Amino acid sequence: MKASGTVFKYGDNVDTDVIIPARYLNSSDPKELATHCMEDIDKEFVNRVKTGDLIVADKNFGCGSSREHAPIAIKAAGVSCVIAETFARIFYRNAINIGLPIIECPEAAKGIEAGDQVEVDFDSGIITNMTKGTTFQGQAFPEFMQKIIKSEGLINYINQK
Amino acid sequence: MGMTMTQKILAAAAGLPEVKAGQLIEAELDLVLGNDITSPVAIHEMDKFTTEGIFHKDKIALVMDHFVPNKDIKSAQHCKCVREFACKHDITNYFDVGEMGIEHALLPEKGLTVAGDVIIGADSHTCTYGALGAFSTGVGSTDMAAGMATGKAWFKVPSAIKFDIVGKPSKWVSGKDVILHIIGMIGVDGALYKSMEFTGEGISNLSMDDRFTIANMAIEAGGKNGIFPVDDTAIAYMKEHSTREYKIYEADEDAEYEETYTIDLSTLKPTVAFPHLPENTRTVDEAGDVKIDQVVIGSCTNGRLDDLRTAAQVLKGKKVAKGVRCIVIPATQRIYLEAMEEGLNRIFIEAGAIVSTPTCGPCLGGYMGILAEGERCVSTTNRNFVGRMGHVESEIYLASPAVAAASAITGKISAPEE
Repeated sequence: MKASGTVFKYGDNVDTDVIIPARYLNSSDPKELATHCMEDIDKEFVNRVKTGDLIVADKNFGCGSSREHAPIAIKAAGVSCVIAETFARIFYRNAINIGLPIIECPEAAKGIEAGDQVEVDFDSGIITNMTKGTTFQGQAFPEFMQKIIKSEGLINYINQK
Repeated sequence: MGMTMTQKILAAAAGLPEVKAGQLIEAELDLVLGNDITSPVAIHEMDKFTTEGIFHKDKIALVMDHFVPNKDIKSAQHCKCVREFACKHDITNYFDVGEMGIEHALLPEKGLTVAGDVIIGADSHTCTYGALGAFSTGVGSTDMAAGMATGKAWFKVPSAIKFDIVGKPSKWVSGKDVILHIIGMIGVDGALYKSMEFTGEGISNLSMDDRFTIANMAIEAGGKNGIFPVDDTAIAYMKEHSTREYKIYEADEDAEYEETYTIDLSTLKPTVAFPHLPENTRTVDEAGDVKIDQVVIGSCTNGRLDDLRTAAQVLKGKKVAKGVRCIVIPATQRIYLEAMEEGLNRIFIEAGAIVSTPTCGPCLGGYMGILAEGERCVSTTNRNFVGRMGHVESEIYLASPAVAAASAITGKISAPEE
């Protein structure tokens, strides 16, 4: 399985309040949430994002509120993968549980800029920056998490057990 | 190698003689929590299960607290969805308007969280119950759904940072100042994926409400949980509020900690976190001249009786500065009633503050105190992220109830002594 697209780049500590502001949490509809994705950090994101695009960020991506609406909004906006130096732990769990691919890779976070074309191979964890001609080895998921992702989320995984 | 307090609780809940940091385990849950924002997503996920039903009707808590009393039609629809789910499954601990309070103040007060418990909640501040010696951590809605269906959750066993608390705090230094000081020191990802284990003789100088505040904000340092040893103060609290049996776990002598910090309470000063991260801390005497438009005293962090008493002590006989809105929110109905009986609400109202029904409202920019462009708020809440309380150009300064109340009087960030 692969993902490829254009990169939207952000810095440290992107919190779930800017990913999906609480003023929109009176809805839990993924399509509606997606129309406000990243609104308080990047007003142009929803107008520019195309299916398959990637988000790359520095440390502690997804910190703050446990709202699962944040990875749901990102996934529904069409983002194929989030790469970061580190993720906040609740966001990390939530992304796996809903089947949004995420990869921790400090080198890729540093070596990728906004607008770069990037390809990710989820099986090998290899991240290729096609614009700059560089590659990075992302951290592969533990086997247990791979099973959840392959089942397309935690609920299906539990159903299959 | 010995285990930390958190590791011991997790080992017991997983039915294992010992666990190590990094190990993946499946643990039995004592309580699964959700609120009016996160539960509807979880309830929707429940539909995907091939099996019907919930694991235990007494071990699920659903608290309508974020946008309640319903702020708009969509919020009302969410609450209706949760209400119907609670009714269908005969869930014992469903708390709606009239009984509800802010979840993390309400559940300990109702005796639903005790030492030794393993608790997950679809709310990041679920880590609060570590104050009583429970393992509790925030999760998302899918984890909540899985927890409600199976009574189990997977965890990666965390490593730990030890905070050795010594000394006695001065009059205006509270639990909020302790945790803001710690976050300022280690940063908003300083405890990422880890336990924050508080220990030391200084803990006896911290009230139960101080400890709830400290454990509550472990998440603001990225922590998986924050946890306190179970001492006489914690036991007295549990005996007063709960009929459930508690179990006391203690860290082994040779438990491994990635880092150890000593926090001398006697050296701490009232502390303020400047926009837009909880780690941007300064002591109040170094805050400079920051004029403010609003003060919020409340939330799962600082809406308890101790907090209101402190705020009232500062506000008594004084007036909120002209041009400043001061919003006081007792965290639960019981706290509201106690504040009323102690005459605190009279002090607030005579000072020119308002006293609201329990709600998370303003803390997350929901309602009951949204900020306009360029406005500044001193708030006893837990996050000062961009746009958290309203307009993206507004600013939040996190502080203790004493500093918030003093700032309401002067109209700028101020020390309680002023």
